[in-house]
Amino acid sequence: MSELVNVTMTVNGNDVSHNIAPRHTLADFLRQTLELTGTHTGCEMGVCGACLVVLDGRVVHSCLTFAVQASGSTIETVEGLTERAVIADLQEAFHQRNALQCGFCTPGMLMTAYSLLEQPGVPSREVIRDALSGNYCRCTGYEAIVDAIEKVARDRAAVAHASAPEEVLG
Amino acid sequence: MNALTPFDRPNSYIGRSVPRPNAKRLLAGRGRYVTDIVLPRMLHVAYVRSPYAHARIVSIDAQAAREMPGVRLVATGEDLAKLCTPWVGTMEHFKGMKSPPQLPLPIDKVVWSGQAVVAIVADTRALAEDAAEVVSIEFDELPAVIDIDAAREPGAALISPGLGSNLCFHGKIDTGGIDDVFAGAAYVVEEEFHFGRHTAVTLEPRAIIADYDASERQLTVHHATQTPYQFQDIYARHYGIPESRVRVIAPDIGGSFGMKLHMYHEDMAVVGLSMMLGRPVKYVADRIESFVSDIHARDHRVRARMAADADGNILAMDVEDVTGIGAFSAYPRTSVVEGNQVYRLMGAPYTFRNYRADLQVVFQNKVQMSQYRAVGHPIACTVTERLVDMIADKTAQDVFDIRSQNAIPDDGYPCTSPTGYQFEALSHHACLARLREMMDYDGLRAEQAELRIRGIHRGIGIATFVEITNPGPAFYGVGGARISSQDGAVIKITPTGDVHCLISVTELGQGTETIIGQIVAEHLGIDRDRIKVITGDTETTPYGGATYACRGAGIGGETALQAAKKLKANVLAVAAAILQDEPDRLDIHSGWIVDAATAQPRIELSEIARIAYFRSDTLPPGTQAQLSVTHHYAPQGYPFAFTNGVQACHLELDVETGLVKILKLWVVEDCGRVINPLLVDEQIRGGVVQGLGAAFFEECVYGDNGQLTNGSLADYLVPMAVEMPDIEIGHVETPTLDTQLGAKGVGEAGTAAASAAALNAINDAMKPFGSTVAQVPMTPARILKALGHI
Amino acid sequence: MKARAFSYARPSTVMEALEAFEGCGEDASYIAGGQSLVPALALRLQAPQLLIDIAHIDALRGVELQGDWLRIGALVRHCEVLSDPLIRQYAPLYSEAAPHVAHPAIRNKGTLGGSLSHADPASEFPAVTLALGAELEIANRQGTRRVAADDFFIDLFQTAIEPGELLVAIHVPVVRPGHRWAFHELARRRGDFALVGCGILAEFADDAVENIRIAFFSVGSTPLRARQVEKSLVGKRLDQAAIAAAQALVGDDLDPPDDEQVPPAMKRHLARVLLGRLLGQIARQGS
Repeated sequence: MSELVNVTMTVNGNDVSHNIAPRHTLADFLRQTLELTGTHTGCEMGVCGACLVVLDGRVVHSCLTFAVQASGSTIETVEGLTERAVIADLQEAFHQRNALQCGFCTPGMLMTAYSLLEQPGVPSREVIRDALSGNYCRCTGYEAIVDAIEKVARDRAAVAHASAPEEVLG
Repeated sequence: MNALTPFDRPNSYIGRSVPRPNAKRLLAGRGRYVTDIVLPRMLHVAYVRSPYAHARIVSIDAQAAREMPGVRLVATGEDLAKLCTPWVGTMEHFKGMKSPPQLPLPIDKVVWSGQAVVAIVADTRALAEDAAEVVSIEFDELPAVIDIDAAREPGAALISPGLGSNLCFHGKIDTGGIDDVFAGAAYVVEEEFHFGRHTAVTLEPRAIIADYDASERQLTVHHATQTPYQFQDIYARHYGIPESRVRVIAPDIGGSFGMKLHMYHEDMAVVGLSMMLGRPVKYVADRIESFVSDIHARDHRVRARMAADADGNILAMDVEDVTGIGAFSAYPRTSVVEGNQVYRLMGAPYTFRNYRADLQVVFQNKVQMSQYRAVGHPIACTVTERLVDMIADKTAQDVFDIRSQNAIPDDGYPCTSPTGYQFEALSHHACLARLREMMDYDGLRAEQAELRIRGIHRGIGIATFVEITNPGPAFYGVGGARISSQDGAVIKITPTGDVHCLISVTELGQGTETIIGQIVAEHLGIDRDRIKVITGDTETTPYGGATYACRGAGIGGETALQAAKKLKANVLAVAAAILQDEPDRLDIHSGWIVDAATAQPRIELSEIARIAYFRSDTLPPGTQAQLSVTHHYAPQGYPFAFTNGVQACHLELDVETGLVKILKLWVVEDCGRVINPLLVDEQIRGGVVQGLGAAFFEECVYGDNGQLTNGSLADYLVPMAVEMPDIEIGHVETPTLDTQLGAKGVGEAGTAAASAAALNAINDAMKPFGSTVAQVPMTPARILKALGHI
Repeated sequence: MKARAFSYARPSTVMEALEAFEGCGEDASYIAGGQSLVPALALRLQAPQLLIDIAHIDALRGVELQGDWLRIGALVRHCEVLSDPLIRQYAPLYSEAAPHVAHPAIRNKGTLGGSLSHADPASEFPAVTLALGAELEIANRQGTRRVAADDFFIDLFQTAIEPGELLVAIHVPVVRPGHRWAFHELARRRGDFALVGCGILAEFADDAVENIRIAFFSVGSTPLRARQVEKSLVGKRLDQAAIAAAQALVGDDLDPPDDEQVPPAMKRHLARVLLGRLLGQIARQGS
């Protein structure tokens, strides 16, 4: 009953194909099979947010998905977002603001921030805190994380504003 | 206005906010935690755990488990006892304390629910869990000892019959004549306080890989710990392996907060399992296991009285603390330290001299209790600060005024507390003044009064605190514990003039490597980015205490400072020989040997290194360049570097629902010389949030039968982003004169007083209703009960 | 925390899913978002032989207006409930409840059908479904049947779905002019299961209550309608007296379980407070 099944997916732009046990979670698949250890598991029950990844464009808990369920999907982890440099400004802001200590929650925080800042507009601090409501951090007290995300949101908006054609701005 | 500041000197890093170089890999997903590490032929362990809080083990049938796929070893307490000698968590300076011997896995009986009984080692964790399901253990249930009062009654069931009682330790402090002081006081206030058990909940659970190589009798342990040297000593002694053959490596660690420096049974077992198998064995506690095996903290009931004269001058405190610690005292730091700090820190900010306290440390069938961030501080602070507010109520004084009136004057040091703590120099009055201004106290009071009329109930709470940091050997060493209070550093210059600093304090994310780099760069005279700081490996770094009790900056930093100065002297000696000058006429700036008087560059450090390493033949005869130094530093002045501060909490209480919105928190803190304000502030913020967690959310809830009823991250509530406030921080700097660096510790400060400030704020908010609360966490249920709604 | 081994099937039609269930001796679980099921598997509280992944069945998707009813496919995710314009217009109580459902990442994966099938009495959507008077479309080998929400939630984690049956869609009677609604919950932390929560849908005529459905959650073994309260309000204007009278009745409508941390008296008290606030909100919608 526990025969291996083939899973095929695109992870960080690479097509991967492995035969695995269906009970393997996506988190374990990423961490153990693909050695993408930037995704962390802190509770294995979808509470702490350390295991968040982007699955078909949406941020989800990789511990609450069996890898086999994600077969055929496109996944991005912190390693992929880093290589694509799409979170470079977030990483820099986290670094400058010291918005991390032990770093274990950080990949999940970056996923949430990445997803939040895909939305238009500059989120308020309340909205940022709300977006982080499923990301547990024991070290920082959250304020620095909120600061860093807020800074990037403002910086991105300023760049967008500066580069937008006049007529669009109205 | 163009006066030079200390920051205008070259390489002046101490006091600057600089980000952490080692945070970049964590941000890129390139951290390397023990949970990430895979070794060749590595196996995984799962444990079969006791469902009972207290039971005799009648029999264990593990045959079916041995036959399960992928299982390599099934081991019981008896198997491991053949390899591992027992340990006892006592220290001699706690007179009369007792605790039973412990083994990796139990042989006769289990003493808490969740205790590991059988180890299953298999190819994967999933296979090990499969096999664990088919182990059959027959238990004979015994009466569970849960309640701290029932445990002390005559005839109570005994957890360790050999000890004769369930009392681990009984301590007393009495300055004499207390009853008379209370009898003659104008005001006496008293309260019974309850402090729930909580636990550290590091985001990375405990993780360890033991790798025993029988061919060389070499044990290598990859261990998510704060204190690798302590574990090197323990593994060597209890498994009979020469210390030189035990290497403990502590890589990136996903949070620790004092939780990851205790001996855990599962961790000790992993070493033995690796020895039995000759293969690497990995254990990562899952979150459910964490709740029933990580140390818990607090769990105190304090009955306390405070006496004051008619003017609100505090005269005396009388305290009775009972704390439940689980079935034994933790090893090697014991479970008495928290109670000891509770009853010695009581009243610490204030001038009164009359004090009596009774401490009872009680065994019970629960998870072990031991040191976690701000050991004892929140209890002593909450009790003291609440009683101070109660006196203020009696005398109709403002909460700031009564504290100013009673706090030890800033010029009143050095002095000794009635409990025996020696204070070098604290700054309560400066901190109170700063806080009052920062938070616009008078404005908030006016706003509070106005909102109350509209049915909006806000509360303001203040808590003054004293923090214990930088402990010397009086903390553990004198008690016989092999826990070092000194640290060591090796600093070496590479042939290109870069610098490696290997130091025994460890990096937990708090920024140890960063501040050590700042200190070495400043005192050696080179750019910070040319320094690599290396920590966390007993085989490469000098022996030391590592990281506990806020000692990284004060002791580790001073070690680095003195080592850097020593190395600088060596460099200048070589430079002087090459330049045919006098060492004291030279200095180092930004990697250049310069003329000390004019700052004119003379020769680059890299050139000194090149000559020393590759062309020593060109050095003057008799010159032996010493471009590496080893240096150790042990604190020798005051037994502890006490710090102080004050916190204020502003919150809004929904008096119909008992739900609380924390609006803001302020901290003014004096940790002596601030090395890196960015990191110091984040230590305080993180600490505050752990304190607020204790105040409002966190509690390990036990049923009468000793079952932990909320042992998952879904049920045990940790503070999250939405509920936590912004936290404003101010500093007063009173450097310690015991060291050249002047730094003290800061890691406990936030946690020390946040729950006290919060409790005072809730009581302030409830004042119009005549309701009070003296229990944390202050859950909606407890608040609604206080308000008479349920 | 690793699930026990299981086999995996990924049907592409409802019939294939039903057949897969039957084919393994009924020792199977359907999985859609899996946000409640996966933890139960990881904790080995459940351990089916077969996991049937219904997430790829197109017939279970989509939101569609069908006359006076809004059909919401069982696979519609919480995040879609939050943002879908049809749901916002025709079944707005779902939209108002959605932000309270767990956290963004859970909402990205969890499905409405999954939440209703799981029937956690502390969940928002089952109570909202009850308040809306929705009907649940359930498929079995013989065809489909529709069950009224009032008959759907039977007991703790137990619904009218028989073993092997599959929830296909939720049919919601669309809100009309004259409808007012309110939703709120009291929770210790954002996204936590509520201490007490409530959704109300009311129909007014001449500023008096004509019909009202009040559904509480986290107050019993299923989401519960406050029927005595509803009865007391019909025909009344929502003035302070009517609201106070309703509050006085609500305790009897609820059946909170014994819990030392959140005792029944506390649940009843919070339900009274919450009811008062929500009715006040609804009253103000008229002005």
